[in-house]
Amino acid sequence: MTGPRNEEEHEELRRERRALTIGAVQALILTCAAFAIPATGLLTGLAALAGIALLGVLQIAVHFRWFLHLDLRRSHRHDLQLVLFTVLIVTLMVGGSIWILFDLHDRMM
Amino acid sequence: MSLLGILGWSDIIFVKAWQNPSISEAIAAGAGGAAVLGALGAAVLVTWLGAWRTLWTGWLTSLDHKKIGIMYIVLALVMIARALIEAVLMRVQQAAAVGDPGFLSADHYNQLFTTHGTIMIFFMAMPFLTGVINYVMPLQIGSRDMSFPMMNAVSLWLTVGGAILMMASLIFGSFSTGGWSAYPPYTGASFSPGVGVDYWIWAVTLASVGSTLTGINIAVTIYKRRAPGMTLFHMPLFCWTALAVSILMIFAMSPLTVATAMLALDRYAEFKFFTNGDGGNMMIYANLFWLFGHPEVYILILPAFGVYSEVFTTFSGKTLYGYRSLVLATMCIAVLSFTVWLHHFFTMGQSAEINAAFGIATMLIGIPTGVKVYDWLLTMVRGRIVASTALIFSSVFLVTFVVGGVTGIILANPDVDYQVHNSLFLVAHFHNMLIPGLLFGMIAAVQVWFPKAFGFRLDERWGRISALLWTAGFYLAFMPLYAMGLGGAMRRMRSWADPDWWPWLLAAEIGAFLLLGGLATLLMQFWVSVRNRRALAVPGGDPWDGRTLEWGTSSPPPEYNFAVVPQVDSRDAFTAVKAAGRAYSAPETYEDIEMPKATMVPLAIGLLAAACGFGLTWHIWWLALLAFIGIWGAVILRSFQRETSRVIPAAEVARQHEAWLEMVRGLPQTPRRAGLTPANSGRAEQGEPA
Repeated sequence: MTGPRNEEEHEELRRERRALTIGAVQALILTCAAFAIPATGLLTGLAALAGIALLGVLQIAVHFRWFLHLDLRRSHRHDLQLVLFTVLIVTLMVGGSIWILFDLHDRMM
Repeated sequence: MSLLGILGWSDIIFVKAWQNPSISEAIAAGAGGAAVLGALGAAVLVTWLGAWRTLWTGWLTSLDHKKIGIMYIVLALVMIARALIEAVLMRVQQAAAVGDPGFLSADHYNQLFTTHGTIMIFFMAMPFLTGVINYVMPLQIGSRDMSFPMMNAVSLWLTVGGAILMMASLIFGSFSTGGWSAYPPYTGASFSPGVGVDYWIWAVTLASVGSTLTGINIAVTIYKRRAPGMTLFHMPLFCWTALAVSILMIFAMSPLTVATAMLALDRYAEFKFFTNGDGGNMMIYANLFWLFGHPEVYILILPAFGVYSEVFTTFSGKTLYGYRSLVLATMCIAVLSFTVWLHHFFTMGQSAEINAAFGIATMLIGIPTGVKVYDWLLTMVRGRIVASTALIFSSVFLVTFVVGGVTGIILANPDVDYQVHNSLFLVAHFHNMLIPGLLFGMIAAVQVWFPKAFGFRLDERWGRISALLWTAGFYLAFMPLYAMGLGGAMRRMRSWADPDWWPWLLAAEIGAFLLLGGLATLLMQFWVSVRNRRALAVPGGDPWDGRTLEWGTSSPPPEYNFAVVPQVDSRDAFTAVKAAGRAYSAPETYEDIEMPKATMVPLAIGLLAAACGFGLTWHIWWLALLAFIGIWGAVILRSFQRETSRVIPAAEVARQHEAWLEMVRGLPQTPRRAGLTPANSGRAEQGEPA
């Protein structure tokens, strides 16, 4: 192994570790915030649910960004497309199921 | 608790037939006997040929995607033989049972339509299309293997494990009587207390887990293993359909696995997910099942669309018409297939606006499908057509599939569906989609790629006879069902009182026999071709003047597919190479090639999974537990294995490749019109680019 190659690898490792640390800290903050909402009684009722849902979505975004290395750069375009496609399909499946089953439920009342 | 769980002597089919002799039981015992004799016969044949070592090292433990693909197709052919015979038996019963109970007991008849559907979907169609994708796709994108060769073999053997359970149900106990969709509450423990539904659950679970893994494998391979220069829009259309199928497999198989797992919990652990009382709701099952079931329809049909695209372009000697529109249509179908599942239960109680929304979504799918039909027709226009068996099957598909599509649009209207749902009209419709839209495509695929896999063409005469029988059989067997369905005949009926239906039933029976003849002549075609393999040999590897990368390598291709991974600059990559006169030119350098070593772990996993399923079915808990531990033990042991690949040195690759190139350069060039004659050397004439 020559010197520069080693250095390059070292740099790569350092960047990787930095990304993972940033991600872990952000994920931790978001998790704590989600627990804090009911614990402190800062928000109540629907507002609390909406707040926790929002924090959940942010958590997903943080995971994608720092742990799955997903961003808007061209080289990662495929990965992003796959994630968006997944979101679309899951939305269709879950949303459709909720629509159908709640409708059936209402009609049984 | 006995050592064999609830399995007793009288559960064995031969004992049962001895104790209660009847024609129905005798037929069941005959089927069990055929299964035993078939397995013994295969073992004797392998011993007689002295082929156990070859079978073990070259096939059963192989991680080569081509071998795995072929084994998938062999499994599909074995299973179609059983399921087709069952179909014939049902039609014979129906034609004999007008105003009469017929010769099959009600329970036996119900098992027949359940196993027929389950096998045709999970153990014929799925293995067939997975096998074709496995064989062809990596070659078409210029890859040496799938991304995860070991997982590929695990998928195969899990599917085989499920098939073993299906076959075991012929001998031990009886199968489910709940239809292939196994709707609770009928399939719950209170209405179906026997082992039948448990067989269904575990067989389908193994197959669906295998398919999920395959889906992941195909998608990753297409995204990560394409040859340099092969952008997504340079891929052959078959690879696009494989990509769409893999996406559908990943997303659609999981609801099925969830549904079967929940049904298992209901039956084994007294959960109440789908029971009538205690807060259970069977509509959750119907919803989950068809969340899988509808995309499944497109899993079945899209690979055949890919095959037809390759057939029409290759045998018309023209580039595919409207490639981009075909890609777009394929992806539209992939997405739309997730928006229509409710049309399988229009009549189950939801509001009219929901039915309307899903009805409209269903009709929308007709648009991209129509685009495809026109693109295929226009591909043939002014083409230099070679009327091979594959093209005959494809042309029959075009006409027949449109008929099925139109009846689909009719059924998409909820008002009409209320009239004909659960009738033979529906049965005719989906057979009308799946026989031309899946089976004919897979048969065409075998005709096209068989010479690639084995180095000789299939006999054209028997191929045409087979195509004729399949076509005539299809129309005769299923067109009467449209008429009967409109007349009010329900599906899954053992007998009818109305003598007016007898002529229709007789026609359907004759049709079923013709379809069986279609399968027999197809097998005859294989036999005759093997006998005449010298006359049919195509050593050059390019018998059809092929347009895509797989035709530029030897037949059969080496384990590593390509001596040097090709550089791709356009669609129809091999046609471009031939047009530029660069075909069969030696590369400048060779490199060492790393390939996965054979391993018995996937085979062990599949067999242990079958044992686990058998144990669970018969409540033989020790067997189930040991097998389950064995599966994960095998996985863990495998992770300690460091030497999982071997290197083929560059010199060896060079030696093989140069020898092959030398041989091909010495072959005469075959003109297009001689493609179906013994003059076909497998080296196509390098004419003007089309």
